[in-house]
Formats: sequence, structure tokens, C-alpha cells
Amino acid sequence: MIRFTKKSKNIIPGFGLSLGITLTILSFIVIIPLISLVIFTAKMSLSDFIHVVTRPRVLASLKVSVSTAFVASVINAIFGVLLAWILVRYDFPWKRLLDGLIELPFALPTAVAGIAITHLTVTNGWVGSIFDKIGIKIAYTKVGITVALIFIGIPFIVRTVQPVLETLDKDYENVASVLGASKIQIFFHVILPEILPSIIAGTTMAFARCLGEYGSVVFIAGNTPYETEITPLLIMSELQEYDYTSATAIALVMLVIAFAILFFNAVIQHRTARIVCAR
Amino acid sequence: MKKKKLFALALTATLGVSSLVGCTKQAADTSKDSSVEITNVSYDPTRELYKEYNEVFSKYWKEKTGQEVSIVQSHGGSGKQALEVANGLEADVVTLALEGDVDAVKNVGLIEDGYTSEFDLDSSPYTSSIVFLVRKGNPKNILDWNDLLKTDVGVITPNPKTSGGARWNYLAAWYYFEKQGLSEDAILQNMKTLFANVLVLDSGARGSTTSFVENKQGDVLIAWENEAFLSLEEHPDEYEIVVPSVSILCQPTVAIVDEIVDNRGTRAVSTEYLSYLYSDEAQKVEAKWYYRPSNQIILKEFEYKGNSNVITSVPSDKKWIVTNLDLTDIKHFGGWTAATEKHFKEGGLFDSIYEKK
Amino acid sequence: MEKQSKVRMTRSEQIVKWILVILGTGFVFTMLVLPLIYVLATAFRQGIGAFVSAVTDRYALKSIELTVYVTVITLIVNVIFGIFASFLLTKYNFIGKRFISTLIDLPLAISPIIAGLIFLLTFGRSSFLYPYLRQFGVKIVFAVPGIVLATIFVTFPFISRELIPVLNSIGKDEEDAAALMGAGFFKIFREITFPHIKWAFLYGVVLSTARALGEFGAVSVLSGHLRGRTNTMPLHIEVTYQAFDFTGAFAMSSILVAMALIILVVRNVLEYRSKKYQS
Repeated sequence: MIRFTKKSKNIIPGFGLSLGITLTILSFIVIIPLISLVIFTAKMSLSDFIHVVTRPRVLASLKVSVSTAFVASVINAIFGVLLAWILVRYDFPWKRLLDGLIELPFALPTAVAGIAITHLTVTNGWVGSIFDKIGIKIAYTKVGITVALIFIGIPFIVRTVQPVLETLDKDYENVASVLGASKIQIFFHVILPEILPSIIAGTTMAFARCLGEYGSVVFIAGNTPYETEITPLLIMSELQEYDYTSATAIALVMLVIAFAILFFNAVIQHRTARIVCAR
Repeated sequence: MKKKKLFALALTATLGVSSLVGCTKQAADTSKDSSVEITNVSYDPTRELYKEYNEVFSKYWKEKTGQEVSIVQSHGGSGKQALEVANGLEADVVTLALEGDVDAVKNVGLIEDGYTSEFDLDSSPYTSSIVFLVRKGNPKNILDWNDLLKTDVGVITPNPKTSGGARWNYLAAWYYFEKQGLSEDAILQNMKTLFANVLVLDSGARGSTTSFVENKQGDVLIAWENEAFLSLEEHPDEYEIVVPSVSILCQPTVAIVDEIVDNRGTRAVSTEYLSYLYSDEAQKVEAKWYYRPSNQIILKEFEYKGNSNVITSVPSDKKWIVTNLDLTDIKHFGGWTAATEKHFKEGGLFDSIYEKK
Repeated sequence: MEKQSKVRMTRSEQIVKWILVILGTGFVFTMLVLPLIYVLATAFRQGIGAFVSAVTDRYALKSIELTVYVTVITLIVNVIFGIFASFLLTKYNFIGKRFISTLIDLPLAISPIIAGLIFLLTFGRSSFLYPYLRQFGVKIVFAVPGIVLATIFVTFPFISRELIPVLNSIGKDEEDAAALMGAGFFKIFREITFPHIKWAFLYGVVLSTARALGEFGAVSVLSGHLRGRTNTMPLHIEVTYQAFDFTGAFAMSSILVAMALIILVVRNVLEYRSKKYQS
């Protein structure tokens, strides 16, 4: 058996119990299913795999997914920081309600969100009609996909930046302000560097979530191949054709992307933890 | 330490298993029980039909055998439903949009070969067809398939890759151009023009109807006949149905899932469930929900008497079936296996429609 | 402290504050509240009678029952896992820690469609496990256990992700000391660790609950949509929507949203009260 412990360092009892429970549940829920995905894909040869995942339609869908998820995450990053800022620093009426609303995208089934946003943004919808006048179509375009993804990603950035802002020491700001720095200078030179890791962490998580989103996007996307077809939809349509191997191959590619995003995130988190601890 | 580790493992294992083994019951033969339950996995548009038929059948079965039968329904995209049955969704009977989908269940060994001859008329008790739904007054004057090629026409149809209904749409259009005596290249060119007019390619037939009816997208919806009539009934002053000069006879296929009924001992009731779909009583229910009954006598009862191929409202006497149109069927395309191979498979003709020029 | 900073706000700062608040609330209003209003408006567009009959429909009630059942089981597993995993990852040193931590976060970055797919591959008919499961009469896919598994998967990291940063920031000196004095695992956890993580824990539970109530993508792959059997609330909403019963679909959605909002608000109030009490 592998020795996980370096005995000398762990004084607190319960290591075995914690490790046992963690690993058991982890295997059931995550490890075994993931392995079966890999085994399933391993049934196809490498050249077949490469052929499947580099088909123009797959690449086009990845491009759509990545670009819309990216734009949505950037917009969310800006508004997420803004929301975190006003929730932490200011007092205003109905603040608690606003605070409570942030998690709404988690609770509303994505399909319902997708349907509602589509109805709102079609050319004769409440919002769509306004944008239609200035010649912007939202529903059934990439703009629509982006709007749906913004909805999905809101909580991630607000909720990662908020706690960091709360613990931020105001002394630095006060010192900076005594030294004559303007508010804008203070934000960009004192506050932003402190919260940047959490912004990046939140944005990457939102990005990952948006990349895989299916339920809300299918309603608003229009699903035109090469233009508004997202990768999860492509996986679904491969399944529809009983082409399990292609579906799992594309799924594996998305899984690798997810892993990469998480790795990136872990590095950032690690740095954040160090900064917080050092203080 | 070691003991605790074992304890922890045991604890979690029991927790896991007890939550997994929730609801399982096995029965060998149900014909003697006072009640029986069967599962019917079907596709989207049959919801209303089976809701009523299940009541009809329960009553009939009760009278015949004294046994209560309850039917658990599942609806969804036809291809997705087939896939789920093939993957372990325990259905006693499948009633899907096309034979190709039932084949997928057969291919994993759940259904025995030759299921299409198990019931009359290729195991399709009711049929449907493909028509156009247009906005009131038909502002774009859409009368036949070639009108869909006009540059100012916005078309709504689901994606043939993900929707059984959309495959019928596609093949009906193909047949129209073929009948014009065009070469395959020319047909394909026309199909490209047609699909360039498609504004929203929803993943299922119901999604398309919603895009057209609720979200007011496009000028024409290529739809199942029964879906079109349902929309017309629901919104009497907003739409009209245009029956094109040619279309396709859609044969939804029903089948008994042999492995499941043998395991559960529900073969007798399942067989009766499907064959009763051919009874006069059931055929009338099907016609009521705008499916074409396979029984020609009952079909005649519902035959449309008007002479225009534009139907502006549901006829008050419910005689809705337009018979003066040229209906092809899947055999013309060499059966589903051949049609799928040629048109809808990865790298097939449908893919080339969307290929970047 | 809050009061002081407010007093010191200059006029220009006030202006900036209100601009930011209006921007932030405007964003939340268009992105979150508007879809919600749309849902409610549609739910009641045929009057209260239609609303009531839609949500008291036999299958609607069944789906509510199933959703509550699935959510409760999910919560139990997640709580056990979340506590042990976060304790494991913060209080002990061992090899492979980073790896386990990444695996725990993985479900957040994976498309719900893929989540459903991997369970289908693991426990479905094409899996090598299937004959054994069948032999013992265990049904997982297209039955309630599959839905539970999928729901656990998508909500898996929520509790541990909330706990880990807090546990990291408080260090483990207190636990070390208690262990040296001979306290056992459960005693240490109950008396030393838990008081620190109470609020983070509650927040994690709230998030899991909200997400478990509303999960659509993964569950829809594994459910089979058996009416009255395996339709959770989001699936029942989809089914009613597909049957063109918009009132019914949105009525159920508003019930679901109401359930989630109540949970979010209760948590907010609890935390607010206790913080006031502490200060």
C-alpha cells in the first residue's frame, strides 16, 4: 500500500478517516466515470481520433464556443468586479436583495433561463425590439449566445472577488490617499493588484462553465452549423447519430480544456493563498 | 488507524449502495396480477395522442381481462429517445418517428429482426405528412417547395442531424426537386439555397414550432402535418396551412422491445397495446389528433372536401385530411439505412450543404 | 467603521458611488430580474386559476417530490464529502494533495452534457458493469439513482470550495495544540474547526441546494423522462414547455425560483443577524 502520510508532520488525528471518505466518494462520482470516458475513447486509433476532432465543423464549433465564452467572461469580469465593489464598499437601499439575487443563475434551470432570454431578445421581444431599431439582432446570433452565457456566469466573479475585497486592508488606501494619490490611481495601483488573482480565478471558472453550457444556449443560438453551433450541441448531435465514439472524442477534448483551465486556476489560487497568508 | 480506515470505507460504501438501490422490483409474469404497468417511449408530437389513447386502452384492457393497466409515458426527440432505450431505458414498447430510430434499438439486440412485419402496414398504425405553416394571409405567397428558395423567405425547420421530423422535411424537399427532373447536383444546389434561407435550425420539431409561433421567427415553418394543425387550432386567426404539391408519407414505427417484455413478463399486454392502435376506436383518436389513420375507411371519413391547398382554418366538421397530393415514401429512398448513409451520416450530403464554400 | 467611511465621502465620491451603484443594479436588473419578470408574467398570463392547476397537476406534484428527494440525498453526500475533503486538504500534508484538489474542482469545469454522458458510459447498457448491475437488480441510468449521481456530480465541489479558503486562512495551530493535548478527531472538529467555518459551510450548502434544485443538462441525459417517475422539476418544465403549455412551464419555474430565493434569503438573513450579534 502507498504511504500517503509523512507521519512526523500530521499530528491531528483522523487522517485515515478523512482520506478514506474523500477518496471513496471521489472515485464513485468523478474518477470511475472519467476513466470510463477515457477507456471508451481509447477504442479508436489515434489517427481516427485526430481526424474526428479536427473536422472543420468541430473546429468551427469550438471557435464559436470559445469566443462567445471569452467575451461573456470578460464582460462578466468587469461587471462582476463592479458589483462586488458596490456590495462591499457602499450602502444603498435594497442592497441585501441585490446580494441575494446574484446566485439566481444557479437556481433557475438553464433551460428556463434560455427560453426566457430568447423570448426577451427576439426582434419583437421586450429587449430585442429596442436593439432591433438600431439594427442589432440578439437572439439566434452569437450576440444571443453571449447574452445567455453572461447570465450563466454572473455569480462566479462576484463571489470570488467579494470575499477578497472584504478582507482588504484599508490602511494602504488611506496611506495612498494621504500621499496624494487620486481615487483612480488608488484603484489601479493599490486595489487592483490585490484582487487581480481572484478576478482571474473567477473569470476562468466562469469561462469554463460557459464553455460547457448547453441548456440555455440551444434555445437562443439558432444552431446554424459553422456559425452559431456550440460544441456541446455538436456532442449531442453526434449522440443522436449513434456515433458514440465521435461524441466521446469531442467530449474528451473538452475535458482536456477543462483540465487546463483548472490547472491555470489552481496556479492563480495558489498565488492568492500565498498573498493572503503573507499578510 | 487501520481499523478506522476500514470503518470509513465500509461506511461510505454502505451509504453509496443504499442510496443506489432505491427502487427496483422484478416480476416474472404479470398476467395474473391485478394491475400491470408498461412503459411507452415515444417522440415529441405524440404527447396529446397517447394521453388520450392510453385512457382508451386502459378501459379496453380492463373490460377484456379485468386487469388495471397503467402506462408510463416518455417523450423527447425521436433519435434521443431511441438512444436512451438502446442504453438501458427500460421501455416495453417504442413508438418512434421513424424506422431508422427503431433500428438503433434493434441493433443493440433489444428488438428482434423483422419487427416491421410484426404489425400491419410496416408496423405503422398511423402516418403523417409534411406541410407548410405560414402566417395569416400568406404574405410571401408560399404555395410550393420552390417558393422556399426565394431570397426574401425565412424558413424554419429543425436540424436533420438531431430531429427525426427534420429528416422527413429534408427528404420531402429532395423529392420535389427530383420530380422536377433535376440532376443530383442541381438538387443539391437547390437544397443549399433552401437551407441558406433557414433562420433557426432548432434541435427538435417542437423547438422549431416555438421559434415560429411564439418567437415569431421566419415566414414559413416546415412541419409535421399534425403539429401544423395543432398550431392552427390553437391560434385560429394567425396561421394558414399550405399543402405542397408533393410531400412524403411519414411512417412512425411502433415496436415491442422483446428483451424488456420477456424480462418483465409484459409481452401480452404490450402486444395488445400496439395492435389496438389499429382498432376503429383508436384510429379515430389518431385522426382526431391529426394523424392519418392507416384504416382507409376511417381515413375517408376525415377526408378534406375543399379544393384549395391552402387551409385557413380547421374545418368545422374536422374533415382535414388532404388526399390530392403526391406522397412518396421512404422506400423511394431505398429505406432508412440507405437514406441515412447517403444524406445524414457524417460527411453525407446534408453536411455538404453547410460546408464552407 | 462603515459609518465613518460614509461620513468621509466627498461630493465627487458620492457621485462616483451612485454611478457605480446604478450601473451595477442596472446590469443585474437587465440580466437577472428581467428574465425573472418574464417568467412570472408568463406564469400568470392566464390568471391565477391556470397557475394553481398547473402546479397541482399530478405529475407536477410528483416532480416536486422527486426534486426534493434528490436534493436531500445530494446534500447529505455533499456535506459529508465537503467537510472531510476540505479538512483533509487543509489539515494534513500528503503526496497527491494538488491532484485530489483538482479532481474535486473538475465537475465545475465540465459540461453537464459530458457529465451525463460519462455516467451513461459507466453504468449504461454498453458498460461492462451493466450485466452485474442487472443481476443484482440495480437500476442506475434512467432511474432515480442516476439522477442522484448526476446531481451530486454537478454540485460536488460547492461545499469544499467554500470551506478550503477559510480553513487555509485560519491555519491549523489550534487543531495541532488540541491534538497534542489528546483530543480526538470528532472533538477537534466539533469544538475547534466547525465554529470557524460555520458561515462558509452554510453558504456552500445553500449553493449546492440551489444548483441541485435547478440542474437540467446532466439530469436530462440520465433521466429517460419517464413521466411521474424520473421527471424532476426542471425536466417537468421542459416537458410542459414542449407540450406548448407555456403557462404550466413557467408556473413550475416560478415555484422552483421561489424555492431557491427563499433559501438564498434565509441564509442572508441568518448571516446578517449573527454578524450583528457578534459585533
